[in-house]
Amino acid sequence: MTTAPAASAATHTVAIHSENLCRHYRMGETVIRAVDGVSLEVRAGEFVALLGSSGSGKSSVLNLIAGLDRPTSGSVVVQERDLAKLSREELAKYRLHVVGMVFQSFNLIASMTLAENVELPLRFAEVDRSRRQTLASEALQRVGLRARMNHRPSELSGGEQQRAALARALINRPQLLLADEPTGNLDSHTGTEIMNMVREFNRELGMTVVMVTHERALAERYAQRMIFLADGKLIDNRTNTPTAVDDRVRGGQS
Amino acid sequence: MKIQDLTELALRNLRESLLRNSLTTVGISVGVASLVAMLSLGIGLQQLASRRLVKSGLFDTVVVTSRRDLRGTGRERNEEGNGPTPGESRVLDESARLEIEHLPNVLEAYPDIRFITELRYDDKPHLTMISALPSSARSNDAFEAMQGSFFSSDTASEAILQKTFAEELLGKTPPRGGDELNVADLAKPLLGKELTMRYAQRAPGPAPPSASGADSASARDRDLAGAAYSVISREQKLKIVGVADLDPESMRGPTRAKVFLPLKLAESLHVMQPTDLREISRAASDQPVYSSISVRVKNPTQVQVVEDAIKKMGFTTFSLLDASQSLRTFFKVLDLFLLIFGSLALAVASIGIVNTLVMAILERRREIGIMKAIGASDGDVKKLFFAEAGAMGILGGIAGVALGWAIGRIINFATNIYLRRESLTPDNFWSVPWWLVGLAIGFSLLVSLVSGLYPAGRAAKLDPVQALRYE
Repeated sequence: MTTAPAASAATHTVAIHSENLCRHYRMGETVIRAVDGVSLEVRAGEFVALLGSSGSGKSSVLNLIAGLDRPTSGSVVVQERDLAKLSREELAKYRLHVVGMVFQSFNLIASMTLAENVELPLRFAEVDRSRRQTLASEALQRVGLRARMNHRPSELSGGEQQRAALARALINRPQLLLADEPTGNLDSHTGTEIMNMVREFNRELGMTVVMVTHERALAERYAQRMIFLADGKLIDNRTNTPTAVDDRVRGGQS
Repeated sequence: MKIQDLTELALRNLRESLLRNSLTTVGISVGVASLVAMLSLGIGLQQLASRRLVKSGLFDTVVVTSRRDLRGTGRERNEEGNGPTPGESRVLDESARLEIEHLPNVLEAYPDIRFITELRYDDKPHLTMISALPSSARSNDAFEAMQGSFFSSDTASEAILQKTFAEELLGKTPPRGGDELNVADLAKPLLGKELTMRYAQRAPGPAPPSASGADSASARDRDLAGAAYSVISREQKLKIVGVADLDPESMRGPTRAKVFLPLKLAESLHVMQPTDLREISRAASDQPVYSSISVRVKNPTQVQVVEDAIKKMGFTTFSLLDASQSLRTFFKVLDLFLLIFGSLALAVASIGIVNTLVMAILERRREIGIMKAIGASDGDVKKLFFAEAGAMGILGGIAGVALGWAIGRIINFATNIYLRRESLTPDNFWSVPWWLVGLAIGFSLLVSLVSGLYPAGRAAKLDPVQALRYE
């Protein structure tokens, strides 16, 4: 067990590659260098954690990879798409089909039921109603929420909401799962539950996972590799010993 | 996104902030209602006016005269006598009348019988113009508010008086500047009473017709009367059956009559008419010759066609077509003004739509961010807001048409109560045709989509990163 088993098929392909990636904001006179020359590479099927204190630029890097933001300079290539060169329309398609996202604050739409939230990306993809319902039901089954599919997010616990958000992120079968502090609003028990699901997706579905967190312990337990950021710059990049990770996980659960 | 999904999501979003969106929709519906109410009254008034005009007989009647009549001086007649072409100076006789009556779009053609003679009432003589009416004149507007009744038959020895003549008979004159005398009061002492009409009957005379014209009217009278036919003085008793307030012959100007007889009765009397003399002098046959014929056209819009056809036959025609055309122009302008004023309320409502949608963007900023993060394109977001604006427009349009319809009805109802109080005939001056319903809803949709243009564009351009950061 030197690498994750499901990822072995695509071990050598590069999923994400960034070269001197910069994202600068202008705030009046001063320029804020949120991301300042980050070069990194994530292989397909890898589980990578982006670590850093708040304001280190880790979320900004994630937003650039997600195609929600555009770099000021440098490049970010995901699954052979140079995101800086895509049009707004193409970026939307990229987000729809290639990327699944989960957030700290779950970001479910309050006025919709779980099933409607989960199938929303399929509406943008113009999938037929009946197919949508089947897929949404399957996805909710996977995260153990099928019985609650007609509830609204406000009727659910935080852990359940984040599970629903995971189901939504999966619905279009993306190759990339981007998670921004996914356990930040959860207690440690439900946080573990969510992280186990994320790892399950990584291993069983072969999804490449990039997770932003400020909890080093969490990163050490689940990620294969940790990338440290500070002041928008990459300061460290180290690989975890997978066996050690697995042992720790098992220990934590038992 | 598919249209079906767009509609579903848009309606769901409208339900989410129900009060605000309902109020905006009510705003639109008030705008549409004012538009519909204004236009329905405009259209209704127009229909009322044209209905009245058709009934008045002013705009569907063509008066036909012989060309000869118009230049009826002795000298001209002589000139024409040198080389008259048959088409140019045709005699307006019975065969011409029948020919006109058989023209397409002609309802009827009847001779104008009118003469000035003496009527005795209460042993006092009154000189007045008398005219004959066909039985079809019964539907004429002037007889609608008449006191008494129309002729019992086309040959009855009955007369209908015009209000001014009734006043004359009773020796009453309306006070200057004051209220007019009531027709009902005038009619009461007169209805059922008898008038004695003294007139000159034209009877075929034994002597051959005179060959030449005369220089003056009086000379002609003597010559022709003596030569062509004899004139017998006669008396005819007439029962007064009605007193009319309005004037059925207002288009005739100074030659309008004040007493009316049934047409067939008037024909049977063979009263000598002022124009008889000239016509009879050159009439080739025994057929009656008319000074003028009134032609009633089926529809005022066909007056021009009928007039042209009659002119081609060699007669002179006269109608009030031009007047009706300027009236139509007037209503077009009136409709335009009503449309502009009605649209003002809709313009105000459209500002309400912009306001509501901009508020919705602020409120749903995060939701828009989420949708973009999970794959919605700018176009999807734009279309969603557009669909919301459109849905409000259609709902507001439907509600507005219903409301405008109700308002129009109420105005109509209330006005009719007022009219009844003023002892005027109530009428329907309000109309909502189907095209107006379609137009109003379509217009409402258009206005709301235009209003949605700016908010939708703004929502589409929202930066997802900032929108997601926003709490």
